[in-house]
Amino acid sequence: MGRTVIEKIIQAHTQDDVAPGRVVWLGLDVRTARDFGGPNVVKHFEREYGGAAPADVRKTFFTFDLCAPACTLKYADNQQACRDFARKHGVEVYDVDRGIGTHTLIEEGLARPGSTVVGTDSHMNILGAVGSFGQGMGDVDIAFAFKTGLTWFEVPETVKVVLKGRPGPGATAKDLTLFLCRELGTKTLALRAAEFYGPAVEGLDFAGRVTLCSMITEMAGIIGFIPEPGPSLGQDLAALGIREFAPTAADPDAAYAEVVELDVEGLGPQVAVPPSPNAVRPLAEVRGLKVDSGFIGSCTNGRTEDFDAAAAVLRGRKVRPGVMLKVVPATRRVYDELLRTGILQDLFESGAIVLNPGCGGCAEGHAGLTGKGEVQVSTGNRNFPGKQGKGPVYLASPEVVAASCLKGEVADPEEV
Amino acid sequence: MRTTTHRGRLWVLLDEAGRLIEDIDTDQIFHNAHLHLTEVAQMGAFALGNLEGWKDFSRRAGPGDLIVAGRNFGAGSSRQQAVDCFLALGIGSILAPSFSAIYFRNAVNSGFPVVRGAEVETLVGRGKLRTGDDLEIDAASGRGRNHSLGFDFVLEPMSGVQVDIFRAGDLFKYGRERG
Repeated sequence: MGRTVIEKIIQAHTQDDVAPGRVVWLGLDVRTARDFGGPNVVKHFEREYGGAAPADVRKTFFTFDLCAPACTLKYADNQQACRDFARKHGVEVYDVDRGIGTHTLIEEGLARPGSTVVGTDSHMNILGAVGSFGQGMGDVDIAFAFKTGLTWFEVPETVKVVLKGRPGPGATAKDLTLFLCRELGTKTLALRAAEFYGPAVEGLDFAGRVTLCSMITEMAGIIGFIPEPGPSLGQDLAALGIREFAPTAADPDAAYAEVVELDVEGLGPQVAVPPSPNAVRPLAEVRGLKVDSGFIGSCTNGRTEDFDAAAAVLRGRKVRPGVMLKVVPATRRVYDELLRTGILQDLFESGAIVLNPGCGGCAEGHAGLTGKGEVQVSTGNRNFPGKQGKGPVYLASPEVVAASCLKGEVADPEEV
Repeated sequence: MRTTTHRGRLWVLLDEAGRLIEDIDTDQIFHNAHLHLTEVAQMGAFALGNLEGWKDFSRRAGPGDLIVAGRNFGAGSSRQQAVDCFLALGIGSILAPSFSAIYFRNAVNSGFPVVRGAEVETLVGRGKLRTGDDLEIDAASGRGRNHSLGFDFVLEPMSGVQVDIFRAGDLFKYGRERG
């Protein structure tokens, strides 16, 4: 019997027999903790293991991205507790200057195709974008992983999602992703892995793959892979310094729990409306809604390509007075690219507020809180009630957020 | 050895329209404004603190109570606090048709008995599981009994690893036993 992508990656990291539904002990190539979860990992580790060292400090990392630099005393204390632990054991810290941990792990070549990576980030499965099995876990799991290099894992079933046709010229990777959020909801992929096929996904560049794979979490899935590398992925990864890219392919006779075929021919821009990322409507149905603020960034849409797309809409124009547009690059590397290419200047001149790299805009840190009644259009991945503050949040592409901030209402980039 | 049977008062998480609430996410269970907390004892006060209609849950619930929720309970973030806040309140168990993957793991690793059961959704819809009912479950064998209404129902038995970790206490103790 052939194997799916996830079954192959898991089998390469366990002595146990891999089959869907079976619990195996999985070897972990990289184990990480953030400034969120990390302090509890340290606390558990020291309580349970005393002064013992992590199993392999070369495979153990901290990535600070939630509240960077610390904007509350509690986070300052928590980050310092992680740094103290890291210094004691010689663990590397990607500190508050570096940006979103998952993106940093890709840029540093730590999340490689076929690898297993865990961390205290529910969007760790974003690493599926480069064919790595990333998995978000809680602080108990990660403390155990720091000490043992292992985790127990129930091998998920795999769903094959085949996209037919080609989206329209106005559709971005985010629109395709939101379309999938609506079509697949939180049931089809629940507790399963997904493999996506078809020209609409195979043609995605690295940034687009990141966008799609980041929101598998919102579809309740374990992880999503795009096994066909497509024309530009190799180049994109080479630009990041990742030269050997050999994505895992599923066997032709792999067994899938379900095969889902969806037609994306002519797909246009989409918007997720409150209260959930899966409540997705065509942009036309939301157009004209008054907007108070916009946010471009997050692990879903925080790459240079995302800001380039937004800048193309904003260039030479001004954000409507009274509207706040907040911009947060995913990483320091992205920030550097924005500086060098002049994209940052374009964003700044349009009136955008440019912040330092990190998770600002999604979590309660900085850059993204909304007041009661404040309508925000965001490139983030969640709009659950109260997550970013009391205001309702609409999820869309960087282009739609940019256009909406120019008009002061939800707008199609075509109309500005 | 810890017992996998539990008896207590039930809370059924219904919305205003009387429907079982699905996709309750971790920001509704334990809002990100409190993520800096690292002491379990301090977390109970915030349990379900951002879930419409249930924001006063921590004051209404008592030790030993059980919860029934809709499918995909614990969607969203990986925060362990979304499990720990229920441990802090002494909640006995949460039953739901399904849980998010990370939430389920976090609960298993903390030795908190989360139990899957497709039937609970139907039972709630038929008014056969109600807030205040006297419920008894055996999480290991997947048996449930509503003593208030006098009938038995079926749950999904805990998996082998879940039972082992639960009986050991938590993942750390299990790891030491296993060597």
